[in-house]
Amino acid sequence: MTAVAGGTSAAEGAGSGEDAFLAAFDAAVAAEERIEPRDWMPDAYRATLVRQMAQHAHSEIIGMQPEANWITRAPSLRRKAILMAKVQDEAGHGLYLYSATETLGTGRDELLDKLHAGRQKYSSIFNYPTLTWADVGAIGWLVDGAAITNQVPLCRCSYGPYARAMIRICKEESFHQRQGFELLLALSEGTPEQHAMAQDAVDRWWWPSLMMFGPPDGESAHSAQSTAWKIKRFSNDELRQRFVDICVPQAEALGLTLPDPDLRWNEEKGGHDFGTVDWSEFQAVLKGNGPCNEERITQRRRAHEDGAWVRDAAAAYAAKQAAGSDEKAVAA
Amino acid sequence: MSEQTEWPLWEVFVRSRRGLSHTHAGSLHAPDAELALRNARDLYTRRGEGVSLWVVPSAAITASSPDEKDPFFAPAADKPYRHPTFYEIPEGVKHL
Ligand SMILES: [Fe+2]
Ligand SMILES: [Fe+2]
Repeated sequence: MTAVAGGTSAAEGAGSGEDAFLAAFDAAVAAEERIEPRDWMPDAYRATLVRQMAQHAHSEIIGMQPEANWITRAPSLRRKAILMAKVQDEAGHGLYLYSATETLGTGRDELLDKLHAGRQKYSSIFNYPTLTWADVGAIGWLVDGAAITNQVPLCRCSYGPYARAMIRICKEESFHQRQGFELLLALSEGTPEQHAMAQDAVDRWWWPSLMMFGPPDGESAHSAQSTAWKIKRFSNDELRQRFVDICVPQAEALGLTLPDPDLRWNEEKGGHDFGTVDWSEFQAVLKGNGPCNEERITQRRRAHEDGAWVRDAAAAYAAKQAAGSDEKAVAA
Repeated sequence: MSEQTEWPLWEVFVRSRRGLSHTHAGSLHAPDAELALRNARDLYTRRGEGVSLWVVPSAAITASSPDEKDPFFAPAADKPYRHPTFYEIPEGVKHL
């Protein structure tokens, strides 16, 4: 293990010393200090982070697919350049997060293998299809918007490398959301057909976006422990509520409606009431029965396999160069 | 599929502008130093975040261990006289 990646610390499994290390860990978390890769940490904390960060990294790179679907058909050079930059950013987000996950002692190859074998998840939102150009706008506005709502509190996550990756990501995400909003606005203010296309995209993406915050608080498996560890700062329902309240006036500014007849302002709670998410749909997509689960993972595997010769060639070249410079060194 | 040959890990340091030192930005995998630099440019400076990059093989870094109980950093703790605030200066004395 490298100096920077963590792995198991020397203290782990020391038995008698364990209580002292746990106490130091708890105290650091309570004091809002960051846990860093080589610090002692409970095995379950490490495992929780690997699970969450890997899922997050996988989501970023799988999320490139639905949008990349429209790059060759973007309606203008301006939109095409923007979309390429956005999709490239998502690749970058994946790499920041894989890099942060590796500090916990889990290698990149292992993470990708688990994704390809279906043993680690990615966000279910990317199992929905992008049927029209307006979907690119709806994804930027709603999907990136929901992601930002989730991710801003993660900038204060107790694990240092994860928090730092999130700061970098959040800086880049605001462009993603704004380009989506602007795209939808252009369509909404365009011809009646364009307006209808924008409305249709919002109608299809609204509910899946609300599902991105995860199951209701009562049914969220990992929430309590993650909150205690200060990985999670707000509950799923709190973040969902925040997102709805942010979106309602933005939808008005777009001249579009949100597909929820129960959506109305509640003066008493100072937020919007909204309808119930169809959690059976969420569960079905999670179990692999969404419209695009098969397509996304197949495409990911194919991309990985098609790139194998490039990785091998670069490694072979590096090995040859290294051998060559050794020979020169000996000759000199 | 070919045999898995994971590229080595590199740590990336970015000088964000002239006058500042290089700061650790993150890590990446690359087969050699040249590609590590190129990947670092694409990954960590897409928005002009840097004017200079360093890449260092992660394996080449030697680190102190933060959980060590030995007094690695202790020598600094009991020497308050290394700080200017340790010294009492009469009021009114200037430029000191
Ligand atoms: Fe992202
Ligand atoms: Fe994004």
